[in-house]
Amino acid sequence: MTVLKLSVSALSLLALAPMAEARDNLQIAGSSTVLPYATIVAEAFGENFDFPTPVVEGGGSGAGRKKLCEGVGENTIDIANSSSRIKQSDIDECTKNGVTEIMEVRIGYDGIVFASALDGADFALTPTDVFLAVGGKVAKDGALADNTAKSWKEVNEALPDQPILAFIPGTKHGTREVFDTKVLLEGCKATGAYDLHLAASTGADDDAKKKEAETACFETRTDGASVDIDGDYTETLARLEANPTALGVFGLSFYENNTDKLKVATVSGVVPSVETISSGDYPVSRPLYFYVKKQHIGVIPGLKEYIEFFVSDDMVGPDGELTQYGLVPDPELAATQEAVTAETVMGPLE
Amino acid sequence: MSDATGHKTSLLEPDARTKARNAAERRFRLMGLSAVGLGVLALVVLLSSVLGNGLSAFQQTSISLTIPLDEKKLDKSGKRDPAVMAKVTTVGYGKLIQEALKDMLAEAGVDDGGLKPKELMGLLSKEAAADLRDRVLADPSLVGTTLSFNAMANGRVDGFFKGRVTLKSAERDANITPEQLQLAQRMADAGLIKTGFNWAFLTNPDASELRPESAGLGVAILGSAYMMLIVLVLSLPIGVAASIYLEELAPKNRWTDLIEINIANLAAVPSIVFGILALALFINFLGLPQSAPIVGGLVLTLMTLPTIIIATRASLKSVPQGVRDAALGVGASKMQAIFHHVLPLAMPGILTGTILGLARALGESAPLLLIGMVAFVKDYPASPPQGFFDPASALPVQVYSWTQRADPAFAERASGAIIVLMLFLLTMNAVAIILRRRFERRW
Repeated sequence: MTVLKLSVSALSLLALAPMAEARDNLQIAGSSTVLPYATIVAEAFGENFDFPTPVVEGGGSGAGRKKLCEGVGENTIDIANSSSRIKQSDIDECTKNGVTEIMEVRIGYDGIVFASALDGADFALTPTDVFLAVGGKVAKDGALADNTAKSWKEVNEALPDQPILAFIPGTKHGTREVFDTKVLLEGCKATGAYDLHLAASTGADDDAKKKEAETACFETRTDGASVDIDGDYTETLARLEANPTALGVFGLSFYENNTDKLKVATVSGVVPSVETISSGDYPVSRPLYFYVKKQHIGVIPGLKEYIEFFVSDDMVGPDGELTQYGLVPDPELAATQEAVTAETVMGPLE
Repeated sequence: MSDATGHKTSLLEPDARTKARNAAERRFRLMGLSAVGLGVLALVVLLSSVLGNGLSAFQQTSISLTIPLDEKKLDKSGKRDPAVMAKVTTVGYGKLIQEALKDMLAEAGVDDGGLKPKELMGLLSKEAAADLRDRVLADPSLVGTTLSFNAMANGRVDGFFKGRVTLKSAERDANITPEQLQLAQRMADAGLIKTGFNWAFLTNPDASELRPESAGLGVAILGSAYMMLIVLVLSLPIGVAASIYLEELAPKNRWTDLIEINIANLAAVPSIVFGILALALFINFLGLPQSAPIVGGLVLTLMTLPTIIIATRASLKSVPQGVRDAALGVGASKMQAIFHHVLPLAMPGILTGTILGLARALGESAPLLLIGMVAFVKDYPASPPQGFFDPASALPVQVYSWTQRADPAFAERASGAIIVLMLFLLTMNAVAIILRRRFERRW
C-alpha cells in the first residue's frame, strides 16, 4: 500500500524537524544599500576563512533591525545591516526581548547622486533647485502655495528647459531619509518655506513645532512631477530609460556600475565621487552601519572573525575592495577597528 | 413567401434582421480572434524578451591559462598539509595567475598594449583566484606541477563578446577601459579567449556584485529540488488521504460541507499569507532555521494541499458509481473497493493535479520572501536529510534577487534563470499532459 508507506515516511520527516543541528553559518539581514557590500565581504570571508559563507538577506534597514531585536538564540539573526542609525524604539524593543548588548559598527559612507539618462541635458543642481522642483508647498510672495513649477527653467534660469519629472526613492527606503534631510530640508530652509511652516505649525512646544515644520518640508508634490519609486535602483534606471528627460536618485555605487547609461548631476557645484564625499565637499551622503548582537559572539562560529574582516583595511580601507565598488571610506576607520576588536558595546543614543 | 406581418421575404436573400444577426456573429468571431491574437502576441513578446536577454547567459567567455604552481609560493613547508597551505589567500593565487597571463601573452606574441598588471587582471574574473585555490587545496599534490586552468573572463569582457558592452560604452565605464577590450579582441583573434557553453551557470552558487560572471543557479536548483521533494512527500499522501475520506467515507453533513468550502477558499488565499503563517509557526514558534528548504517545503506543502485535494476529489468523483457497487457486490470491503478499484482508476487525475500543484509551488516566490530564502547563499546545502536544514536559495527568488543587482550582467543572468525555470515548468506540465493522455479513462 504505497499511500501508507508515503505517509509513514512523511511523518518520519516531520519527526526529524527538531533534530536540526546547531547553526554554523552567520545570518545577516537588513538594508538593501549595504547588501552588495555585505555580499562581497561574505564571499571573500567564505573563501579565505575556515567558516561557511554567511547568509546575507536584504529586506530594508528597519526590517533588519527589527529581526535583530527579535531575541537571542540560534533562530534569530546575528547582524543587521542598516543605512540609517538605530532608533531608540529599536533599542527598547531589543532590551525587551533580551538583546541587551549591541555593537554599532560604522563601515563607511554612501553618496546619493542625481542622474539623468546618458543623452539628457546637464544638470547643476542645488538643494534649493530640487526643493523648488519637487517640494509639495513652496514659498510664494511670503505665503505657502502649491508647487506649480512646470519646467526646470522656471525653478532656476540656469537649468535646462525640460519638464520636471523626478524619480525619488519611496518612503520605505533609507535613501529617502537622506534625501529628505540633506536636500529637501536644506532647500526648504533656504527658500523660507521652513519659516512659514514653522509659523503655521500648531505644536505644543518649540520642539514639536520644529518637527512639524520639518515633516511639512518633506512633503513632495502629488501632481505627478515627483514619483516615488518603491522598488530598487534598477527600477529607477528602467524608468529613466523610458523617460529620457527625467531625473533619478541613485546610490553612488549603483551609479559607478552604470556610468555607461547615466549622466550624473552636480550638487552645489560638486561632482559626486568617493573623493568628494569623503572630503565632505559633496553634501548628500550618509553613514552606513551594521549592528552586531554581541551575545552571539562565541556562540555562532565566525561572527567575531567576520566583523573584524569586514572593517579590515583590505575591505573598507582607502584601497579596499568595497571602496573600489563605491563605498566611501570612513576617515575614523582605525577607531572602528579598535572598537570591534575590543567588542565595545554601543552606548545610549545621544 | 410572406411572414406573419405580411412582409415578403426570400430564403435566398437575407432580410435586414438576418443580416444584423450574421454581422453580429462576424463581429464576435473577430473579437474572439483578436483576443487570441492578443494573447499570442503577449506570449511572443514575453518569450522573445526573455530569450533575447537570457540566452547569452548560457554562453561564457573564458581564457585558458597554463599555470605553474610554484611550491615556494604555495607551500613553503613542502609538507602538502592543506591546513598550512590555506594560509596562502586568494591574493597569493591571484599573483600566480597574473604571471601566467603575462607569460601567455608574451608567448603568443600578443601585444599587451602597455596595460598595467592590475588592468591585465581586470580581464579575468575575480573568481579565478578563488577557483584555483579551491582546486589546489582539494588536491595538494598539484603543487609543483603545471596546471592548465580555464579562467572565466570578467563580466564586462564577456559582455563585449556578447555585444552588451561596446568600445564606446567602455569609454564611460568605470570598470573597464577600451584598451582592455581591444586587448581582449587581440587575444580572441589569437585564439586565447574562447566562448563555450556555460555549465557553471547551472552548477555554480550565487556570486557577489564584483563577479557576476561566476554567478550560477547551483544552490537555487538544489534548494528548489529539496523543497519539491518535501512538498511531494508530504502533500501527496496527506492530500490523497484527506480526499478519499471526504469523498468516499465521510458522512455528508454540515461539517463536511464547511470543510469543503474552506478547502476551496484556501486554494484562493494569496500565497504571501502562507508566508506570514510560516514565519509565525515554523520559525518563531517551532524554532526551525531561517532560509532552510524544510521551512520553504512545509509552507509550499500547505499551499499545494488544497490544489491536490480539489484535483483528487474531482478525479475520485469521475470514477462511476458502478465500479464501487460492483466491487462491493462481489464482497469487497469499502476499503478494498477504494484501494483496489477506485484509486487506481483515479490515479492519472490525481497525478496530473499533483504535478500541476508542484509546478505552481516551484514558481512561487512570495511566501519564501518572509522565511529568509531571498538571501545571498554561497555554500551548497548538504545532502538530505541534513541539507533540508541548511540555508539555500530557490529558482524564483534567485531571479528576484538578480534583477535587483546593479551590474547589468545580472540582468542577463536573471533572464537566463527565467529560461531554466520555464524549462522545468514546461517539463512538468508536459509530463502532466502525457499522463492524462495515456492513462486517463473516460466513461
